[in-house]
Amino acid sequence: MTQASAPGPKAGAAQEAREFVIESLASGDRVPEHLLQHLIAVQHRFGYVPEDAVETLAEELDVTRTQVRSAIAFYAFLYERPRGAFDILFSDNITDRMLGNQRLMALLAERLGVAPGETRADGRVSLGYTSCTGMCDQGPALLVNGQALTALEPHRVDRIADLVEQGAPLSQWPGEYFRVEDNIRRPGLLLSNRATEGAGLRNLLEKGADAALAEIERSGLRGRGGAGFTTALKWRFCREAVQGDPRVERFVVCNADEGEPGTFKDRVLLTSYTDLVIEGMTICAGVIGARRGFIYLRGEYRYLVPHLEAVLARRRAQGLLGKGILGEPGLDFDVEIHLGAGAYICGEESALIESLEGKRGVTRKRPPFPVTSGFKDKPTVVNNVETFLAAARVVQWGGYWLRGEGTDKSAGSKILSVSGDCARPGIYEYPFGTPVHRVLADCGAQDTQAVQISGAAGATLAPAEFDRIIAFEDVPTAGSFMVFDRSRDLLDMVRNFAGFFAHESCGFCTPCRVGGALVRDLVEKVAAGAASEYDLQELRRIGAVMRQGSYCGLGSTAPNHILNTLDKFPEVYRRYLRSADYTPSFDLDGALAEARALSGRDDAGAHITEMEETP
Amino acid sequence: MSKTFRLDGREIPFTAGQTIMDAALAAGVYIPHLCHNPDYAPHGSCRVCLVGVGGRQVSACTAPAAEGMVVDSSSEAIQATRRAILQMLFVEGNHVCPACEASGNCQLQAVAYYTGMLAPHFTHFFPKRPVDASHPDYIIDFNRCILCELCVRASRDHDGKRVFAISGRGMDSHLVIDSPSGLLGDSTFAASDRAAHVCPTGAIIPKHRGYEQPIGRRLYDQEPISVVGDRQASLEIQGEVD
Repeated sequence: MTQASAPGPKAGAAQEAREFVIESLASGDRVPEHLLQHLIAVQHRFGYVPEDAVETLAEELDVTRTQVRSAIAFYAFLYERPRGAFDILFSDNITDRMLGNQRLMALLAERLGVAPGETRADGRVSLGYTSCTGMCDQGPALLVNGQALTALEPHRVDRIADLVEQGAPLSQWPGEYFRVEDNIRRPGLLLSNRATEGAGLRNLLEKGADAALAEIERSGLRGRGGAGFTTALKWRFCREAVQGDPRVERFVVCNADEGEPGTFKDRVLLTSYTDLVIEGMTICAGVIGARRGFIYLRGEYRYLVPHLEAVLARRRAQGLLGKGILGEPGLDFDVEIHLGAGAYICGEESALIESLEGKRGVTRKRPPFPVTSGFKDKPTVVNNVETFLAAARVVQWGGYWLRGEGTDKSAGSKILSVSGDCARPGIYEYPFGTPVHRVLADCGAQDTQAVQISGAAGATLAPAEFDRIIAFEDVPTAGSFMVFDRSRDLLDMVRNFAGFFAHESCGFCTPCRVGGALVRDLVEKVAAGAASEYDLQELRRIGAVMRQGSYCGLGSTAPNHILNTLDKFPEVYRRYLRSADYTPSFDLDGALAEARALSGRDDAGAHITEMEETP
Repeated sequence: MSKTFRLDGREIPFTAGQTIMDAALAAGVYIPHLCHNPDYAPHGSCRVCLVGVGGRQVSACTAPAAEGMVVDSSSEAIQATRRAILQMLFVEGNHVCPACEASGNCQLQAVAYYTGMLAPHFTHFFPKRPVDASHPDYIIDFNRCILCELCVRASRDHDGKRVFAISGRGMDSHLVIDSPSGLLGDSTFAASDRAAHVCPTGAIIPKHRGYEQPIGRRLYDQEPISVVGDRQASLEIQGEVD
């Protein structure tokens, strides 16, 4: 590789950055809440956030430059140094790895002459890995300049290398590279009917907010994002917050930060059930008395923005959004899209609100909960995409309609994102109460060793548990369902998840920040064959401290996969232990490498052979 | 009539709105803590003040006190969790007590002793962190920063300056200084700032005053932290801090 000069900003770039920021500031309110959105726009335009943009944003939004810089350092998709003209990030979920993403990365790195994690000296291209991009059913996937690209295989990678070398703009790349399939395999209660004529919204207007809330209550609907909080209660708390004072602004937030590895159903709902999701948000606004709503969309789904904007615009034109919805005076509600920028923690509702306010996505102290003190400390409902969809139908068809399926404690259906070792990965909707083995049979999974349910933070199920049911009272799930057959080494999964959690910890509290890194390193020690039984006990001990001591759900669920696999699949670890009792983790011979290099020796005398193990 | 809860068998009175920590401190009962300082809003990040309540562990500094609550702050299980958390803090940074000017006056060290921590236990990360000696009166040794954000909060909420902030995420989280160069000497920080006096470790220390008091005669050399409390509070009693 030639040592060309480092990619520097072009002449006048400083002025350009300043002008770009001023111009984009002119199009909206100059409020600190918009910091992150401006940073994303600057990043997208320049491939990094130039110093002059930092200074301009700090001045114009009345925040410190440190606040601006610390936001850049927090979000994975924001950079202070220029990225390559083509910024390529391979999705690195375990399902991408199982589909060979590392081999494809190696191929692309070789073709382009740049190492993973590096920017080529001519500034043409950067290569790297990123957390799960939500394309697990059509991976391996990558992001190029933020655009999702799917179904990678060697030929496609070859072609991408050519396009990068030619400097072809993305608009000239073959359109099928960017095609994202819905892959709906089993539609159920919610997915079998896409039609909407605003019937739920009309019901809200005809029967009133109390009646709509009563239907939600009757339905027993619980949040679909994982925690399972009763939706009607959340809406009621928000509505009644601050003594129900209607002068206090309220907000509706759709959590579309679908970051849990292996989850991709919200992507499909936002693509093909968009109207129903927005209708659910609008109904919620009518019930709680909100006039503004947000869709917090993960940065990985940025490609959906034009579609979402188009639907929002059409709904405004149809009188379903905006002022006087359906001619009802005083029923005003509109929705803005806020993008994330690569931070798993922002799926947690209070971190999401911090991020909506333009800050680093660090979890808030609770209480107070968002229903009383959310966005800008005002009462706020944050619901998952699927929850809004279900709520729209409940208000349209009544609470009993949802109760018609599922179990006593888990009414209705659950939409699963199925990926991994199965013939038909994709979207499956089942009534709550469906056993795991039914899902496995339907998706064509064979010889299954384990199912990782509800994502990296969820539970690892062994075959003996496959008759357990998907329900809040047994196996709760936010929707991720990853299948591992017997050809897989589950330690690969554990390494992937441990790396993921260390990368995604926000760093606020000690157990998650440090414990996550210790766990990652110990798992790598196991994989390197340098661990002993003692290290497995250490993993348990640190896992327990993280589970009990962490500040938020990210830290307390991060060790689940470790503790689950240690309990249910001990042989996964044991086969890596060189001896049952003790293995020196210090590599004597390895420690001499530097001395060998300095002395130019590599003979037998310059090596320490491993000591014989005493019987 | 004031309400009470039980802390290690002792009745602790509290008023509405008080946390377990507030009530305990008011009653003169020590619960170990690092990121907590009664002058600022509870933070809940260090997790050293974890206590057992109804089978769960919660941070005493953020958990509201409740009537009849039974709080465990002294069982071996609780102390073991705290010890592990302190060990994490020790291996995360570079804390070399024998060579540190703050030794004996350091809350991190004193709390570690209180929980019975004798060694850092975990593998050291040995991060490469700088020392900032650009300011005429104060030094920042980032090796000793435990990310408690007390200086961040004191500068923002008391000094009205916003000199400090936390940047990065995960293990890359680090304290940053708001100045054009990122150096303390280039910021509006002053020795009279409250932010100069709230650091529970030796990360923010005055210049020109090293070892005025010999090791062995310092605050926590004399009495454990459970008796004398936070260093800042004890300095205020001595009139050293405004």
